[in-house]
Amino acid sequence: MSAASRGRRGVLPGFGLSTGFTVLYLCLVVLVPLSTLALRSSALSWADAWRVVASPRALAAYRLSFGASLAAASANVVFGVLVAWVLARYRFPGRALVDAVVDLPFALPTAVSGIALTAVYARTGWIGRFLEPLGVRAAFTPLGVTIALTFIGLPFVIRTVQPVLEDLDPELEEAAAVLGAGRWQTFRRVLLPAIVPAALTGFALAFARALGEYGSVVFISGNMPLRTEIAPLLIMTRLEQFDYAGAAAIAVVLLGASFAMLVAVNRLEAWTRARTGHA
Amino acid sequence: MSISIRSLSKAFDGHPVLNDVTLEIPEGELVALLGPSGCGKTTLLRIIAGLETPDAGDVLHGGEDVSARSARERNVGLVFQHYALFRHMTVEENVAFALRVRRRSRTEVSARVGELLRLVQLDGHRTRYPHQLSGGQRQRVALARALATEPRILLLDEPFGALDARVRQELRRWLRRLHDELHVTSVFVTHDQEEAFEVSDRVVLMNAGRIEQVGSPAEVFEEPASPFVMRFLGAVNVFQGRVDGDRAYVNDLEFAAPGAAGRAPAHVYVRPHELEVHRAAAPGSFAARVERLVPLGAAVRVELSAPTYGRGAVEAELDLRKSEALGLAPGDRVWLSPRRVRVFTPTPEELDSLTASEL
Amino acid sequence: MSRLSRATEALALDGPTEPLLAPAKREPARPTPGATAGGARPGGRPRRPDEDPPAVRWTLVGLALLFLAAFVVLPAAAVLVEALRGGIALWWKALADADALSAVKLTLVVAAVSVPLNALFGLAAAWSITRFRYRGKHVLLSLIDLPFGVSPVISGMITVLLFGAQGWLGPWLVAHGYKVVFAVPGIVVATVFVTFPFVARELIPFMQAQGSEEEEAALVLGASGWQILTRVTLPNVKWSLLYGLILCNARAMGEFGAVSVVSGHIRGVTNTIPLHVEILYNEYAFQAAFAVASLLFLVAIATLGAKQALEWRQRFALRAAARRDVS
Repeated sequence: MSAASRGRRGVLPGFGLSTGFTVLYLCLVVLVPLSTLALRSSALSWADAWRVVASPRALAAYRLSFGASLAAASANVVFGVLVAWVLARYRFPGRALVDAVVDLPFALPTAVSGIALTAVYARTGWIGRFLEPLGVRAAFTPLGVTIALTFIGLPFVIRTVQPVLEDLDPELEEAAAVLGAGRWQTFRRVLLPAIVPAALTGFALAFARALGEYGSVVFISGNMPLRTEIAPLLIMTRLEQFDYAGAAAIAVVLLGASFAMLVAVNRLEAWTRARTGHA
Repeated sequence: MSISIRSLSKAFDGHPVLNDVTLEIPEGELVALLGPSGCGKTTLLRIIAGLETPDAGDVLHGGEDVSARSARERNVGLVFQHYALFRHMTVEENVAFALRVRRRSRTEVSARVGELLRLVQLDGHRTRYPHQLSGGQRQRVALARALATEPRILLLDEPFGALDARVRQELRRWLRRLHDELHVTSVFVTHDQEEAFEVSDRVVLMNAGRIEQVGSPAEVFEEPASPFVMRFLGAVNVFQGRVDGDRAYVNDLEFAAPGAAGRAPAHVYVRPHELEVHRAAAPGSFAARVERLVPLGAAVRVELSAPTYGRGAVEAELDLRKSEALGLAPGDRVWLSPRRVRVFTPTPEELDSLTASEL
Repeated sequence: MSRLSRATEALALDGPTEPLLAPAKREPARPTPGATAGGARPGGRPRRPDEDPPAVRWTLVGLALLFLAAFVVLPAAAVLVEALRGGIALWWKALADADALSAVKLTLVVAAVSVPLNALFGLAAAWSITRFRYRGKHVLLSLIDLPFGVSPVISGMITVLLFGAQGWLGPWLVAHGYKVVFAVPGIVVATVFVTFPFVARELIPFMQAQGSEEEEAALVLGASGWQILTRVTLPNVKWSLLYGLILCNARAMGEFGAVSVVSGHIRGVTNTIPLHVEILYNEYAFQAAFAVASLLFLVAIATLGAKQALEWRQRFALRAAARRDVS
């Protein structure tokens, strides 16, 4: 390696060692394993793959996974922006504790979340017993799945929107007030455009996480095929039956969908950012 | 140790930053690289230090080609604009760093560190951390740290840029005196003309990756080699005219234009303090109207308009005594005679940009 | 007299003489937007432009707290309450059970292997990405973020596909008598895959923001690569590194989906704590399940505590620096 090319990258030592190790690790841990996924699913003929991927059971699983994830991520956007707003702008007793609590779904292992949510929302659970007389059943229904997915996606929206709100220059609002805008107008025209890109990012992260979530959901869902079986569980079942190819096929569908979703949201985000001029 | 830079070129991501730069700095000289942001002065300094590699050209330290040597092996002292002190080490540990990584003995290290801290007058602050020091003190620690291994070349990247004006002044003078005592070949980067003039033996004016002029502060101020140099080093009035042979003409005024030849459009540059103000017409003067008087402390800036001699304002500078003697007021009609001018025949691009902006 | 001491003398009397710490420039503190949730405005002064009326404020705070209570606080409380139902003695009994203990042991082993490996990766990746210029960095960054977009079940499946008896490396492994899938090594591999980004994702933005000036200064002062790493970089990143380790560890101990696929669920042998919780729950041994789960709950609390401590530290350091900065 000539001195010139070495210098072009930067003069600190260790480029070869650090980059080489990083690339090697990534290949071993990420690329090779992912490629086996692609290869395995290609072991099926198109017809067989279609049969697995489009079976009624699989379709029900996709509907549930996507639907519940979408609903959960949306709920998280609404409430997440609310919580982020409250945390960033108001001072009230116990605020620091609330701030810490927000991270709990992220830090708690999924199995623990799963049994905890079931304990709360089951028919005899802490909240579940109040919902029962109202005719609302949470456990063993798609509602329960949605509740669980809302739980684990909660921190994503809050933690992306909160810094944006905290970094907002108070002078923006002061300028709006001096120019004659009321509080609601200021919120709608000045603050919301700043929040939207962050909220979209949070939505995408929450959605992606919810789509692949397993541990928190399998306890409260009841895992009834065609009714409350999520896509990851379907994959699990296939694996237990040693149908690797089938499992791989469904996994590819799932990955493809979340990838497409992420790309779409990224585009949307970039478009919003360009339109509102916010970083 | 002398520094030799030969035909250095460097581009970042396709943008050229240095363009065939050649410079000689003899041993023991204190040289300022002066120029606007983006002119390449910091890049040049970093190349001398070995923190960037040039795309083409050589760097010699004391006659030896060091282009292939890493920054670690060049033994230069480098002072960063934002100090780059090791924030988790005390003042003492910072200054001792270069010696410790060379595994010098403990006694040697502590003796040398003591010497250096006494030199920069921070002996009483040995055990403090950088965040407990003021900006000026941090910079002195950075200097002491750079001098630890007795480098034969000292490089400073806008060393006073991040400091208060008063502290800057003090440290400037102090640096000059330090250099007078130690005689280490030094190069420092600045965009502040006053700083460059006060501290350095010679000034290197840079613009857009090229060296415009090299010379002592007096030389570059009195005999600027290009319009850029003249404008960078202070306010200036520019008049459109033409040259014919070795004379320059602006309307009906005539000036000597040594070195010009032929006929071409030209610009005549006059510094505000070399524009005399008279109450009555005098030979070689032109009429103008006083628009505004701006007191600047020891001098007065007179803003005038002379529509036939340029579209923009004309600026003259008078010392307080002269201004009082004249008793000027806005609206007065006066005559201006340029005492000293410099004539430049601009290139076509310069012509366009100048006419667009200020004449 | 040396040149240096001559210079010292010459410069001594007229040298710079600023005080150690200039008096802090105190600007009157700006009231936080929204101000105190204290209701009535004193003396009828006009509301600040970024304040909301108290009714709005309290409603929003109330709604937010309600949401969090329903979705986070109650489930968290449920873990503790259910774990301790029946008293401390029962809780302890559940933990001291042989299978539970071996689950704990396995979890600790898995964490002890995957965390250091991933820390090494994180350091190398952060050094490479933040200290050098080259193309393709965003490819590396996307790859590092990949596990976050992949369902844990899929991660586990991939491990099985690679190392399982019918997998790529399967036959070779079987022939040499190595059991990876449905055994401890498989669990380690799956955990490494799922947790490797954590340290890198903490270090990279931090080292990016810090800049490489201190390392460059060390280089010019003559330090070797190893000296720069140990004397300059590591001390600077120690808190971010620590927090990354804590996050990585929490995830490694708590991983469920991926490990569930790979594990084989052999009681007492290939069950980590989360898997053991699942087994107990499916056998309707609720109290025992929650008791074991409470261990992980404590790990989560410790993780959150570490995060808060780190944030306080950073905020404190920033405030101290701002107060004393007199440049």
